[in-house]
Amino acid sequence: MSRTDHSQGAPLLTVSGLNKSFGENEVLRSIDLKVHSGQVLALIGPSGSGKTTVLRCLNGLEQPEAGTVEFAGGPAVTFGVKTSKREKESLRTRSAMVFQGYNLFPHMTVLQNIIEGPVQVQKKPKAEAIAQAEKLLERVGLEEKRDNYPHELSGGQQQRVGIVRALAQEPSLLLFDEPTSALDPELVGDVLTVIKELAEEGWTMVLVTHELAFAREVADTVAFMDGGVVVEQGPAQDVLRAPAQERTQQFVHRLLNPF
Amino acid sequence: MEIDWELVVDSFWPLLRGGLTGTIPLALASFALGLALALVLALMRISGNRLLSGLARVYISVIRGTPLLVQLFVIFFGLPSIGVTIDPWPSAVIAFSMNVAGYAAEVIRAAVLSVPKGQWEAGYTIGMSRNLTLRRLILPQAARVSVPPLSNTFISLVKDTSLASLILVTEMFREAQQVAAFSQQFMVLYVEAAVIYWVFCLVLSTIQDRLERRLDRYVAH
Repeated sequence: MSRTDHSQGAPLLTVSGLNKSFGENEVLRSIDLKVHSGQVLALIGPSGSGKTTVLRCLNGLEQPEAGTVEFAGGPAVTFGVKTSKREKESLRTRSAMVFQGYNLFPHMTVLQNIIEGPVQVQKKPKAEAIAQAEKLLERVGLEEKRDNYPHELSGGQQQRVGIVRALAQEPSLLLFDEPTSALDPELVGDVLTVIKELAEEGWTMVLVTHELAFAREVADTVAFMDGGVVVEQGPAQDVLRAPAQERTQQFVHRLLNPF
Repeated sequence: MEIDWELVVDSFWPLLRGGLTGTIPLALASFALGLALALVLALMRISGNRLLSGLARVYISVIRGTPLLVQLFVIFFGLPSIGVTIDPWPSAVIAFSMNVAGYAAEVIRAAVLSVPKGQWEAGYTIGMSRNLTLRRLILPQAARVSVPPLSNTFISLVKDTSLASLILVTEMFREAQQVAAFSQQFMVLYVEAAVIYWVFCLVLSTIQDRLERRLDRYVAH
């Protein structure tokens, strides 16, 4: 399947002026980002630069002090003193998160993990949710694991279930928070392959990653963050191959040439 | 001391009957009500609402800081002087369940807090509300953690029901007291009662083991 280029139209996600502090510590300062439908945005940068916090704000897991998160077709949520709980929660219906530590539900089987949202939240008939879950599991090569508990799976398998659980929510945006950081090196490939296939199918994604080679391969745009600000953003090839900012150059150089 | 085996055999049934119709139902009813109240108290404690959390904290402190026998006497002998008279059985159930709730609330609260934060977030990311996340994801995981300490609470309760004999509830220990007073064989009757309590608690421990094993099936070893 080829990716449609919608970059000329209105973006699917527009983030503007996002500010977030933990106590005295300003972790995000005036973050502006745009993601067009069918595109992949990779957030890169050193630890503590605020990448993960941006992702968590998009999913309503963190509440910024100021800024706007707007999805095409709504909701547009402006954060501030009077942001209601309902507004924050409305963001969650548009995106689904894949966590670094998988966060599968340990007391449920793989299948139950996947259908929990569709059945309990979206009120889908159970048979329909199961059929959908089985199809998705087959896609990631885990159809035989449907009745296993998460602890019986390898890390790579658990993360693929995490991805399927996110897909089953039918979000417009997939959020990946360092999806391979907790994995043994030999298991990283399976997960990256799945993410790459999803990108090729046209899923819109925001991906926080340390895998620059992978970012170069799947991302359309890259934003480099440092110290709570977006230092540089643009087409993946430009930012990763010929960064304009010195700070980005140093970071990219160090990650691509660790020794 | 000569053991009067005939008395042991003759008194066995009245004691066991006291256990089966007094001790066990009293413990079960009090535990069920106590757990329900404990869940409410635990949720109040973690609600983030200062008033609710404060109320629960005071309740738990009072219950844990006063003797169960005093609580029982306040309800049965104390309340009538302000015009509230409650029969022995319901008095005992009220006192025991209120007492159990104070202890079990802290167990449940700790168990809920022991579930990793990522589980809440995973619930939120699939669109669940706080309540739904709590009910579907957090409490089932907390239940597993709570089984051993709650079993201890229940076993203590089974033994504590003997205090109800002091407000005239016909349970096992009261039966023992009555037979002992009649036969003047205190040692025989009280040891016999002790043995039956112990057997009850052995059975409960076995049930606890099974429950733990059942709930452990999804945990890596």
